[in-house]
Amino acid sequence: MTEIKRYDLEYSQLDSDRMRINVGPQHPSTHGVLRLEVEVDGEIVTEVVPHLGYLHRSFEKHCEKMTFPQIIPYIDRMDYISAMNNEWPYVMALEKMLDVKVPEKVEFIRVIVAELNRLANHQIAVATFGMDAGAFTPFLYYFRDRESIIWILERLSGARLLYNYFRVGGMAADIYPGFKEDCLEVVKKVRKTNEEIMDLLIHNNIFIKRTANVGVLTPEVAINFACSGPVLRGSGVKFDLRKDEPYSVYDRFDFDVPVGVGEVGVVGDCWNRNMVRMKEMEQSCRIIEQALEMMPEEGDVTGGVPRRIKPPKGEMYIRTENPKGELGFYLVTNGTDKPERLKARGPSFVNLSVIPEISKGYMFADLILILGSIDIVLGEVDR
Amino acid sequence: MGLLNRLDDPYEGGGIVLGKIEELLNWGRSKSDWYLHFGLACCAIEFMAMNASHFDFMRFGTIPRTSPRQADFIMVTGTVTFKMAERIKILYEQMAEPKYVISVGSCSNSGGPYWEHGYHVLKGVDRIIPVDVYIPGCPPRPEAFEEGMMKLQEKINKQAIFNKRKLLGTE
Repeated sequence: MTEIKRYDLEYSQLDSDRMRINVGPQHPSTHGVLRLEVEVDGEIVTEVVPHLGYLHRSFEKHCEKMTFPQIIPYIDRMDYISAMNNEWPYVMALEKMLDVKVPEKVEFIRVIVAELNRLANHQIAVATFGMDAGAFTPFLYYFRDRESIIWILERLSGARLLYNYFRVGGMAADIYPGFKEDCLEVVKKVRKTNEEIMDLLIHNNIFIKRTANVGVLTPEVAINFACSGPVLRGSGVKFDLRKDEPYSVYDRFDFDVPVGVGEVGVVGDCWNRNMVRMKEMEQSCRIIEQALEMMPEEGDVTGGVPRRIKPPKGEMYIRTENPKGELGFYLVTNGTDKPERLKARGPSFVNLSVIPEISKGYMFADLILILGSIDIVLGEVDR
Repeated sequence: MGLLNRLDDPYEGGGIVLGKIEELLNWGRSKSDWYLHFGLACCAIEFMAMNASHFDFMRFGTIPRTSPRQADFIMVTGTVTFKMAERIKILYEQMAEPKYVISVGSCSNSGGPYWEHGYHVLKGVDRIIPVDVYIPGCPPRPEAFEEGMMKLQEKINKQAIFNKRKLLGTE
């Protein structure tokens, strides 16, 4: 076991000058428009202050003004890498409020498209994380494979990135003939590429030297900062809403919740967080395969969609497992066809808050890697 | 139309191409545009796909630059908020002439879905910097990026360098 490269300097003895550097808001490795104000001592980071609001698109204001079905496209644009997963909790909240029974086939379609989108999200996450460490090949490999996932989702919904596919009580359209074969093809492709990436990137010595023992997030800190998703599981905490609080039909599938075990480095470092994503891709493949088998052939997908959505007065909190963590919607209704308030609990925003805590004492170049391993989307941070 | 097309029928068998120096310069400029990628929101993800193996944006001779001083054109991909508008203006002014702007996506063209109630969204990047090519879509498909890039190349090819008055039509 190598020692952790965390530098703890005694400033009173060293008498060195500290410098404040501005990273962003337009910087290729900040994964969006995040601005970091970094205080460095030589090359060692002593303080990080994230500044937000460069992509504040007034999400909650729009929710006050729009009717319930009109809000779905705006929810797509929150976490735009995994739009399918975003729509799900919102639609689920309305279904619970309206007491709408969702057909069996719809539930399976939802599981499949959500898991396909989870694959696409993790592919981008691992690819850009590799780019941060200086590896360009995984980016090209993963984006080649991602296209085939995007094509399936495009044939289903008509859009490549922002789908607007979920409806209250159903879906916008039924699956197309040949959907199952396409999905199985994608699963095969993802598995093959993942094997390659394991050799090329994950177990590459340079990559291990850069990422192992860097940005260590202990389980206590992770829980105190309310982290979720791969960031929390990378620290060895087994928490997955699909398993712990099963929604939809997730209780019927056989899958594991991968956690960081510290094969390389210590539990909770950048390498382990990234490894959790790699393992989760395999689990998503398993879920897709099982769901395709269990999905009923017959079923009305678009028929159950109510014409007018007017839930009774009340409030509701629904949370689901987004690829980035726990996504919750707090919905307050006032009896009209527009919500009183819709508050989103975005996993990216909560996970980002841990950055100042875990990047202190590492090299400046490591800060970029730590940011990449958290996997944030600024559309969801600023909303 | 282009300079290279004339190579197909050599001038009196001598392999000579007759043309204006402007055409040569424009040919060079339009085929090696370096860009400052201003990735802001969802469109930037589609632009990443555009840059990757399947669509390969670099076949247009474009190379991403991180510094505005080395860039020929700026690609504004995504929602421009008031807080960000200031930065775009600064970076645009830092670029060397001749410079071009491609506005990508509905948000950057006109405010898009945030047009009506987006109190923090700039209703179109052309309110602060002059835009040469607009690419519509929310987000645009990678094919639309290609079309937009070709439109910019067309524009550069037609441009007069030495006699600017001719271009403006004041002569």
